[in-house]
Amino acid sequence: MLKVRIIPCLDVKDGRVVKGVKFVDLVDAGDPVEAARAYDAAGADELCFLDITASHEDRSTLLDVVQRTAEACFTPLTVGGGVRAVEDIRRLLLAGADKVSINTAAVNNRQFVREAAEKFGDQCIVVAIDAKRVSPDGAPPRWEIFTHGGRRETGIDAIDFAREVVSLGAGELLVTSMDRDGTRAGYDLPLMKAISSAVSAPVIASGGVGSLDDLVNGVTEGGVSAVLAASIFHFGTYTVSEAKAHMAAAGIPVRMV
Amino acid sequence: MNTVVVVDYGSGNLHSACKALERAGNDAGSEVTVRLSSDPDEVLKADRVVLPGVGAFADCRRGLDAAPGLTEALTELVQEKGRPFFGICVGMQLLASRGLEYEITAGLDWISGDVAPIRPADPSLKIPHMGWNDLTQVRPHPLLDNLLNSGRSRDAYFVHSYALTAARPEDVVATTDYGGAITAFVARDNVAGSQFHPEKSQGFGLALLSNFIRWRP
Repeated sequence: MLKVRIIPCLDVKDGRVVKGVKFVDLVDAGDPVEAARAYDAAGADELCFLDITASHEDRSTLLDVVQRTAEACFTPLTVGGGVRAVEDIRRLLLAGADKVSINTAAVNNRQFVREAAEKFGDQCIVVAIDAKRVSPDGAPPRWEIFTHGGRRETGIDAIDFAREVVSLGAGELLVTSMDRDGTRAGYDLPLMKAISSAVSAPVIASGGVGSLDDLVNGVTEGGVSAVLAASIFHFGTYTVSEAKAHMAAAGIPVRMV
Repeated sequence: MNTVVVVDYGSGNLHSACKALERAGNDAGSEVTVRLSSDPDEVLKADRVVLPGVGAFADCRRGLDAAPGLTEALTELVQEKGRPFFGICVGMQLLASRGLEYEITAGLDWISGDVAPIRPADPSLKIPHMGWNDLTQVRPHPLLDNLLNSGRSRDAYFVHSYALTAARPEDVVATTDYGGAITAFVARDNVAGSQFHPEKSQGFGLALLSNFIRWRP
C-alpha cells in the first residue's frame, strides 16, 4: 500500500537555513546539508528546500547546497524558490534535485509548466500554489492565488488554476494556505479537500501545522497524499518518528523505519 | 577491481545514482569505480552496468539512439559477455519490447512485454504513483532475498505513471500494490531492473545496490 509522506521543509537563504534547526545536536544548525542529513536519518520520506534568497542572480550557492545534500541523502529532494526558466530547472536537476517546484513563473505563464513537463517529465515538476480565502464568512468558500509571499493578489481562482496546471503536466501540487501559514492553527482543510478532489495528481498540504492531529486531519479530511511541515520539526516540538507513530495510530499508512 | 558504468544518455539526475553506487560499494566492502559514460568502448570494458532513466520512454529511447554504437555496446556486454545489468525506472522500462507512451516505441526487448499507462480501477488513486510503497516478492532472486526476508521495511520509492507488463510471468520478481499489482522488479539471467528508485530509497535502496555490486549471475 502506498504510504502517506511526511516532508520536512527547510527555508534556505544565501545557503543557510533561516532561523536554524533546533531539534538535534547539530554542529552547525544553520547548515541545510546537515539539517537535511538529520531529517534523512530520522526517517523523513522526502526533503524540501525552499530558497528565499532575495537576489537570484547568483544561484551557485543554492546549487552547491543541493549537490552536497544529494551526495549525503539518498532520499527524494524537492527544491523551489525563484525557478523561472527551463535552465533553472535543468541546473537544479543536474545538481541532484529530484523535483523542482515552480510558483510565480507558473502563475505568470502557464505554458512554462507544459514546457517544463515536456522537457523533464511530469514526475519532476511540482507546482506550488499559494492560496488565500477571498469569500466572506458564511458564503461558499472560494480561494484565489496570491504571489510574493501572499502580498500580491492575482484574481485567479485556486481550484481552476490547480486543474489547469495538472492538465499542462504538473506531476504534483504543493498547496499552501496563506491564511494559515505560520499560525499553527492547522491546514486549511476545505482548501486541501477542494483541490485534492479536483485533480488527478498528488497534493502536498502545507501551511499551519501546530500539532500532530493537524497532520492526521490533512490526510483524513483534506484528502492529501503528503504532509509538509516546518516549524513543528525544526523547533523540536515533535520528531518525524513521533509524527509517523501518531498517524499510524490514526489508521494512516506510513513508512516506519 | 569492479568498474560500474552508469550509462549517461542525457537522462536527468545521474548524480544520485553514481553517489549511491559509490556508497553501496563501500557498504559491500568492495573496491568500486563508478564511471558515467555514453562511450561504447567504455561500456564494453565495464564489469557491470546501470541504466538509469527518468521522463518519457520515447525520449529515453531517442537519447540512447543518439549516442552512436551505445545500444550495440550494451547488447554485446549484456547478451554476449553476460555482464550484470541493472535498469532503474525508465531504464528498467526500456528492457521491454515496446513502450506505449504517446507513441509506440521499440524497447531493448530483453524482457518481453509492454510499458503502458497505469489505470487504477479506483479513481481516487492519484497518478503519478508517487511515494513509498512496499514490495511483494513473487519469486526468489539474489538481489532481493536478503532484503525482503530480514524484517526491515519493505518500502521503496516509486514515481511513475507507466508500468511494465511482462509477457513471461517468470520474469517478474516483485510487485507492488496500487489499485492492482504493478511490476516493481524484473529479472532474467544477468539482467535485472526496478521500477522504483534504489538511489532514492534510503537504506533499502543502498542495500539493494550493494547486492548488485556483489552479484555474480
